[in-house]
Amino acid sequence: MPDFKVENRILDEEETMPRAQMRALQLKRLQEVVARVANVPFYKAAFAREGITPEKIKSLDDLRRLPFTTKDDLRQNYPLGFLAVPRKEIARIHGSSGTTGKLTLVAYTREDRETWANLCARFLVGGGLKPEHLVHIAFGYGIFTGGFGLHYGVERVGAAVLPLASGNTARQIMLLQDLAPDVLVCTPSYALNIADYARNNGVEPSTFPLKYGHFGAEPWTEEMRLKIESELGITAFNNYGLSEVIGPGVSGECALQNGMHVQEDHFIVECLDPVTLEPVEDFAYGELVFTTLTKQAMPLLRYRTRDIAALDPRPCGCGRTTTRMSRVKGRSDDMLIIRGVNVFPSQIEEALLQVEGATPHYLIEVDRPGTLDQIAVKVEVLPGIFSDKMSDMQRLRDAIDRRIQAITGIHVKVELVAPQTIERSMGKAKRVVDNRNLNG
Amino acid sequence: MGGEFWHDAGCAFHPVSAPDYLPVKQLRQMQLHRLQAMVTRAYDNVPLYRDRMKERGVKPEDIQSLEDIAKLPFTVKTDLRDTYPFGLFASPMNEVVRLHASSGTTGKPIVVAYTKEDLDVWANAMVRCFAACGLDRGDIIQNAYGYGLFTGGLGAHYGAEALGATVIPISGGNTDRQLMIMKDFGVTAICCTPSYFIHIIDHAQKVGVDMKALPLRVGVFGAEPWTEEMRKRVQEETRIEAYDIYGLSEIVGPGVGNECWAHGGLHIFEDHFYPEVVDLNTLEPVPDGEEGELVFTTLSKKAMPMIRYRTRDITSMIAEPCKCGRTIRRISRISRRSDDMFIIRGVNVYPSQIETGLLSVEGTLPHYLIILTGDMGLADIEVQVEVTPEIFSDKIGAMEQLQKKISQAIERIINIRVKVRLVEPNTIQRSEGKAKRVIDKRNK
Amino acid sequence: MKIHQLSLFLENKPGRLSEPCQALASEGINILTLSLADTQQFGILRIIVRDWEKARDVLSKMGCVVNITEVVATEVEDRPGGLAEILKVIEAGGINIEYMYAFTFRYGDKAVLVFRFNDPDAALKVLQAKGINVIGPVELYERMRS
Repeated sequence: MPDFKVENRILDEEETMPRAQMRALQLKRLQEVVARVANVPFYKAAFAREGITPEKIKSLDDLRRLPFTTKDDLRQNYPLGFLAVPRKEIARIHGSSGTTGKLTLVAYTREDRETWANLCARFLVGGGLKPEHLVHIAFGYGIFTGGFGLHYGVERVGAAVLPLASGNTARQIMLLQDLAPDVLVCTPSYALNIADYARNNGVEPSTFPLKYGHFGAEPWTEEMRLKIESELGITAFNNYGLSEVIGPGVSGECALQNGMHVQEDHFIVECLDPVTLEPVEDFAYGELVFTTLTKQAMPLLRYRTRDIAALDPRPCGCGRTTTRMSRVKGRSDDMLIIRGVNVFPSQIEEALLQVEGATPHYLIEVDRPGTLDQIAVKVEVLPGIFSDKMSDMQRLRDAIDRRIQAITGIHVKVELVAPQTIERSMGKAKRVVDNRNLNG
Repeated sequence: MGGEFWHDAGCAFHPVSAPDYLPVKQLRQMQLHRLQAMVTRAYDNVPLYRDRMKERGVKPEDIQSLEDIAKLPFTVKTDLRDTYPFGLFASPMNEVVRLHASSGTTGKPIVVAYTKEDLDVWANAMVRCFAACGLDRGDIIQNAYGYGLFTGGLGAHYGAEALGATVIPISGGNTDRQLMIMKDFGVTAICCTPSYFIHIIDHAQKVGVDMKALPLRVGVFGAEPWTEEMRKRVQEETRIEAYDIYGLSEIVGPGVGNECWAHGGLHIFEDHFYPEVVDLNTLEPVPDGEEGELVFTTLSKKAMPMIRYRTRDITSMIAEPCKCGRTIRRISRISRRSDDMFIIRGVNVYPSQIETGLLSVEGTLPHYLIILTGDMGLADIEVQVEVTPEIFSDKIGAMEQLQKKISQAIERIINIRVKVRLVEPNTIQRSEGKAKRVIDKRNK
Repeated sequence: MKIHQLSLFLENKPGRLSEPCQALASEGINILTLSLADTQQFGILRIIVRDWEKARDVLSKMGCVVNITEVVATEVEDRPGGLAEILKVIEAGGINIEYMYAFTFRYGDKAVLVFRFNDPDAALKVLQAKGINVIGPVELYERMRS
């Protein structure tokens, strides 16, 4: 018998569907989605170029004939060129970081919203959630999909939501003690931060009545899981998702905590060599590529996530038959994930260009001194800006900080450095020094 | 109810607004039935209400008419504090699906609870607000209220969803992004605090966005008091029609009342929230048109019923029927408070909360002054704190750390960032009686 | 060998600096050297006087927040690289400089600097071991007089 840490519960029968039946369902839905996107200008043009018609999709192998979609494609069709339904059917708009100041916008119909809630409910139930539980959500709510997916998932299960949103750790701890929630939902690094902060303020974190935690939105390691579990006295589950595909809920762990089940009745996952774009073997690392099968507002074909992970097609001891994905171990581009927020160096550069006195010569240093990511941006200032008044320098620093925050949504530490002190390189400048140990 | 009337009024009728137009007799009957059921439920499940009613010798069956509500005890904010966190819940936890919180008067917040039915009541009230503002399916609503424990964000969010509109849950802050979305996506309505919208207008001017060129046509502004002057400015500088919305977490959140197109006071959705206006001293009801403190009794809420909750908001009941045809009563705009609470960026703040935060930092003394500055647009709180020998250091870095520490201790409680200014000792005026703690320098 | 420095908290607004200076002057206390660190909101005035206890009392009585800190004064060769040599010694000893400033007078071909170290005793040891001349209060005031 497998060693279940929590009661093994499964919400929907699709999760345990025999493989042949699942493949048949995927094919039917793939044919439908190809027909649905045929009028989206981007796909229309690509289909015309490649001679693709919905009728030509005869097997799942024909997926490989379909065009890829990238973040750049979304940007070029900003704001909503990928919309496959009339605008009035959009129930919700979310966004994720773009590579520049513009967000990548994603849209949901009512049905998409229901699908999304259900996908989150699946992994929440798999991880022990019951209607009598109180769930503390410490993800930010807003234009990013962070808090909303799990919020609606918890509601779907019938449990109670305590929507704390992010920040104000002292207050989070007060409510963890006073309201005694059973489940914690946040980024893994924030969970550790809560534990540290509590201990530093004389509260033993393992005395919180928490039982489970569902963590995601940033990469983490098995070591971090063990630490979170022992510090907070909980069972910690991993989940994965990205706004372009739907948000959190694309995949999530079951009671066995051994890889994240991809919700294959809604998404086809491929794992490809990021250079050749050919499939890699099972269990080998490659870039994950998702095709949405059921999304109405904004279906995407073969969306390149840039996330590097591996796939395990074997059935799982929990009874689910869906493919599992490993933890994300890296990126195939220069995107950083800081406290659950995606940040591109190009966004920082754009911010610097908008502040008088700053130069686009910068270096981003990422550290995790305790449990939370810290990002420091070293910026060269123009000669002559270096002032003998500390207050002038503070004002410049604050202006840069505000600009970066406006574009990326996160607060960074800005360090002003003298002109010509950041190393210039011949080819592509090295913009990021990442001192975090993310791979254990 | 014939359809023609609504057309005469120049405003489409939304089916969800039907209860707004009930014949008064029928409305009163419905209110009485609901009141009787609620009082019984509260008496049976909440010790505080049962004890208070016993003290007054009132039983649920004594409520035979709406006038009998005067027999019931009042509830005040400190009751919520004294029963923190779950003492006023009338439903078991497995029926509760949401908790929210709002400012308490000291370090602890007050917690409010909702069952699934309560969330539906709330969403229904919010849909009626939006409908009164002329919004419907097809509208694109940018929700710039803060999301989280504060009821503003999620309240408007669920209402906009139930209306069938497109919701952009952008939350507060990042004005550049707000403008970008507004412009790029053709937003037709915005929900936020009136002061934040003024800030958006100012910022748009600065960065060269022409607000009048946007399809934005409705603003639903609340969570803080505002004035006719502000409405005039908003309506002159944008193409928005600005509506006032009222609510408080203890009663449900936003959606307790809202203006209609006539803009002659706020209609209270009194089939769910029964209003009274009472004299501040005697607590006896005052006649319509006279100022007093607004008191609410919830008629349909399950998880946390409120009996005669004293809001501390000063207003008056409007006697005349409204031009819009709604039969539910109106209150005039909230003019002021009967306590020292102030509202900043939609968040309620009590000076006593700031004092609690300050004194939690070792070496500080309760000599402080709260200064509200900035345009009414986006006001700031500055807390001036006297430096004592215990907390003074010769290192700039250490003093900046101290500022940060005090600021965080206060933020922990009020959940908004404050600017701490260290001042020399004995520069804050001591007063004989009650110290003057708040100086409001905001441009109104 | 350490010297007592007075630090004063000042709000960053006009006229704030002159009041304590005036008070010291009227008591006949001469300021040997000073440094002012400012931020957008407040400043910290650090001064060295001969009779620091009297100065402290004068300033406290007028309502200032005064702090006494121990600092170290060292001789520095007044030539290029003079300071760098001392800094190298301090760095090698693993000692942090919180801040530093200078005296206005010279003594022969030497300047005198005031250092605030995170650990003044350890700093003294390191400096003296390397033969760097640390100037104690008595010698300092003697030099001022000459």
